[in-house]
Amino acid sequence: MGLTRLISRWPVLRQLDGDPLGRGKSARSEYTEQLHARTAKADHVVKSVCPYCAVGCAQLVYVEDGRVSQIEGDPDSPISRGRLCPKGAASKQLVTDSGRELKVKYRRPYATAWEELPLEDAMEMIAERVIHTRAETWEDADEHGHKLNRTMGIATLGGATLDNEENYLWKKLCMGLGIVQVENQARI
Amino acid sequence: MGSNMAEAHPVGFQWAMEGKLAGAKLMHVDPRFTRTSALADLHVPIRAGTDIAFLGGIVNYILEGERWFDEYVKHYTNAPVIVDERYRDTEDLDGLFSGYDEERHVYDTSSWHYAGMEDEETAGERAKGGTKGEQSGHGAVSGMLSSGEPPEEDPTLQHPRCVFQLLKKHYKRYTPERVAEICGCTKEQFVEVAEALCANSGRERTAAIVYSVGWTQHSTGVQNIRAAAIIQLLLGNIGRPGGGIVALRGHASIQGSTDLATLYNILPGYVPMPHAEIDFGLHDYLEGHKGKTGWWGHFDAYFVSLLKSFWGPAAQAGNDFCFDYLPKINGDHSTYHTALHMLDGKVKGFILLGENPAVGSANGRLQRLAMAQLDWLVVRDFYEIESAAFWKDAPEIETGEIRAEDCATEVFLLPAASHTEKDGSFTNTQRLLQWHYRAVEPEGDRRSDLWFTYHLGKKIREKLEESKEPRDRPIQKLTWSYGTSGQYDEPSADEVLREINGVGPDGKALSAYKELKADGSTSCGCWIYCGCYANEENAAAKKTPRDEQPFTAADWGWAWPANRRILYNRASADPDGKPWSERKKLVWWDSEQGKWTGDDVPDFEETKSPHYKPPDGAEAEDAIAGDHPFILQADGRGWLYVPAGLMDGPLPTYYEPHESPFENALYGQRSNPVRQLLRSKENLYNPAGDEAGSDSYPYALTTYRLTEHHTAGGMSRTLAYLSELQPEFFCEISPELADERGLVHGDWATIITARTAIEARVLVTDRMAPLEVQGRTMHQVGVPFHWGSRGRTTGDSANDLLPAALDPNVHIQEDKAATCDIRPGRRPRGPALRELVESYPRVQKGEPA
Repeated sequence: MGLTRLISRWPVLRQLDGDPLGRGKSARSEYTEQLHARTAKADHVVKSVCPYCAVGCAQLVYVEDGRVSQIEGDPDSPISRGRLCPKGAASKQLVTDSGRELKVKYRRPYATAWEELPLEDAMEMIAERVIHTRAETWEDADEHGHKLNRTMGIATLGGATLDNEENYLWKKLCMGLGIVQVENQARI
Repeated sequence: MGSNMAEAHPVGFQWAMEGKLAGAKLMHVDPRFTRTSALADLHVPIRAGTDIAFLGGIVNYILEGERWFDEYVKHYTNAPVIVDERYRDTEDLDGLFSGYDEERHVYDTSSWHYAGMEDEETAGERAKGGTKGEQSGHGAVSGMLSSGEPPEEDPTLQHPRCVFQLLKKHYKRYTPERVAEICGCTKEQFVEVAEALCANSGRERTAAIVYSVGWTQHSTGVQNIRAAAIIQLLLGNIGRPGGGIVALRGHASIQGSTDLATLYNILPGYVPMPHAEIDFGLHDYLEGHKGKTGWWGHFDAYFVSLLKSFWGPAAQAGNDFCFDYLPKINGDHSTYHTALHMLDGKVKGFILLGENPAVGSANGRLQRLAMAQLDWLVVRDFYEIESAAFWKDAPEIETGEIRAEDCATEVFLLPAASHTEKDGSFTNTQRLLQWHYRAVEPEGDRRSDLWFTYHLGKKIREKLEESKEPRDRPIQKLTWSYGTSGQYDEPSADEVLREINGVGPDGKALSAYKELKADGSTSCGCWIYCGCYANEENAAAKKTPRDEQPFTAADWGWAWPANRRILYNRASADPDGKPWSERKKLVWWDSEQGKWTGDDVPDFEETKSPHYKPPDGAEAEDAIAGDHPFILQADGRGWLYVPAGLMDGPLPTYYEPHESPFENALYGQRSNPVRQLLRSKENLYNPAGDEAGSDSYPYALTTYRLTEHHTAGGMSRTLAYLSELQPEFFCEISPELADERGLVHGDWATIITARTAIEARVLVTDRMAPLEVQGRTMHQVGVPFHWGSRGRTTGDSANDLLPAALDPNVHIQEDKAATCDIRPGRRPRGPALRELVESYPRVQKGEPA
């Protein structure tokens, strides 16, 4: 590096060149010139909503090469005005974390370990279990002849982290199957 | 109160801070000093579970000081209504109301009705059999009037049996001195809160009360919120900007999952599940639940439209629109009963959809032992949560109570898609539907719950297609045709939302629930959501930036019902329809145009004059007068006094928590007499009050959230960032308690109840101040409830300490106020853990499931 260049990079001199507070161009380096926001290269941005609590902060989901590359608060939202709390701000990790389950896990009765199971087989087996247990525990009527039309052998729990559409369709399916023990986090 | 908004709902709390910057007084009443307290003008510490004593004190302060908003109270509430002469108050019966059945621990509520009502006119009669609130769906159940005006009223509020006078009598003993004695705060602190509320209410000002789910987690949970409602009605703070009772809920779509009813006792839109013993057919059911007056007067249209959306063309007038296809309830089938029935083998299959009861439900050991008795369990989640892995690493493995080799439960763990991997809507805590779009396709076996539901249903239907069994007809006839797309055949969430919205005879999306018909010509999956897809547009997906629209932001998402942002907002205008003040105007009557107008969608019929008087024989909304804003109530008024519909009394009354170290300083009746206790050897209770052995559990126990974790931890303890921010389970105690028990900051403590013993790091802090209660010093132990045995940060579960002791109306457990013992050191390992717990006094109580 030449002496002139070295002197020209001296911060005091650079500040004198029209940046008296030292917060403008004199603070920049070749390295900082190369930096860019991780959202800059996103292929597209999708409007979303934070999946944690019920405030409903709006999110912007940035997608790059088919993967979520960043999640930020959406300043357009009248509720959150672009802010996210530590959980909302960690939601990119929630959706991209390598620890998230990718494959179905199956535990046989009395087994001491998981085994693999294709999703299609799991769905088939679950459908069979529902049909079998339902038939085995079906109640047409109570002891006074009042219609019950239900099974008390199957119960479900959860829904508050699901979408509205998922809750509705699940309730509809349970009503078709006669499953009345349908509950979610609102009960606790 | 009952909320740590700054930490549990931080981004929402920015609005509380905006209010403070604009001059509002922010007050925090809570057992712990938290970041909310630190930012408030005033923090008042109270003993966990004493909220109704404090709130009742405020009611008394308002009434004794003549601070109520007279015009609002006289026109908009049921203060003038005269109550049945058979009614006896807790003042007369030492803490009980009239109608108490000592043997069955239930109330016959018929003496609580308005005077002059025939018993058969009141569907509240249905509660007489002691059904314990299992059908508590909507307001029409609770008070049917033959006309919109109650039979007997005294507009001067002087009649000794009018609601106003009953209120005065009921709360007279809730003096500032008594409040201080019970709650453990000072009289001055209490008076400062009560005075500030009064001073900031009226024509020119409004005050809001904020609570969170913690307020519901008491054996008097419903009555906590009722007490706040009484205060806000007396002060005229409901239906007005800046007023209200702000309920902060804790999951992205917990409001939606309640509205759309993944709960055993309701169908979508707070329509009650049919009950086997009273709803024998469509006719009986509609007769029993359709209100004569108010908007529940169209109950038949809501319900028939729902049946049409379930069973489509199969649902015809000739077959009661498939009413018989619906399963019937005949008792309390809520989740704690279900757990007990798993334990005794009655429930064989269990499906978990993003919920983790092994950590999140009270008495976690009971939950895990119960799941170990299942034939099969399906878990849909992001991670291998505790409820999926109980057979190999539950705490009961260590104690020898569960052995994998002996556990027959078959477990399927299905990975779920995240919010970025699917389209759909969440309903937030202010009833606002907000759409989120799919950003990427899910990888591997991850699928949306919509996919799981749709394809599971499809498979079952295919397998049962040929069945001739009558029980299979409902599933065969269910409408189950949804467009799919993509490599996984993902069903269209947009189509499902349109079905929820409903369609008319022309096949086009409906615009409003007023269009629903009872003749089968309309279908609608949830009447309160009708209009979210008006004009074939998904209104949940509206995202007009906030700076491009007025402050009500009506073009951001869609709020049920009818995109109204403030419910009952007709109350923001005076009886003549004029704003109470320029400063607090929201909607008003425009007499020139002959209609309601304003900044929000008026929550009133658009052209109903404020001076409208219902003619004789008027029904539904036509029976509600022009100066009665509460249009879902049979009488159009806000209910200070609840004549029917509640299991534990028409007026909130202070009772000690089920597990409390004290007797009730106000009445001989210690705890809520109709609280639900579940008898099981796996659900034992601490002796309490003056019962023998209660001194073994001398401290109050309460649980809470942290900013950095979420509920049972499945979405937070699994993440590196959040685990680093809050890396370890701990308990908060005062320096005085640390001295008393030899507990050292940073060391371990063991906390013991009749359920189990858990260990936690000790955090000694002044934030947990000892309180003076009934003349003695009382210590509280605070524990966050997020931890479990799995994830990146692990620890014992606070909920393992708590019993299933439930509110009788809604069957929610008392998490926020129990008793415990605490001692230094780690808990014993192996079978010695149970030996320690069993060395403490423990009692079985309640009814078998």
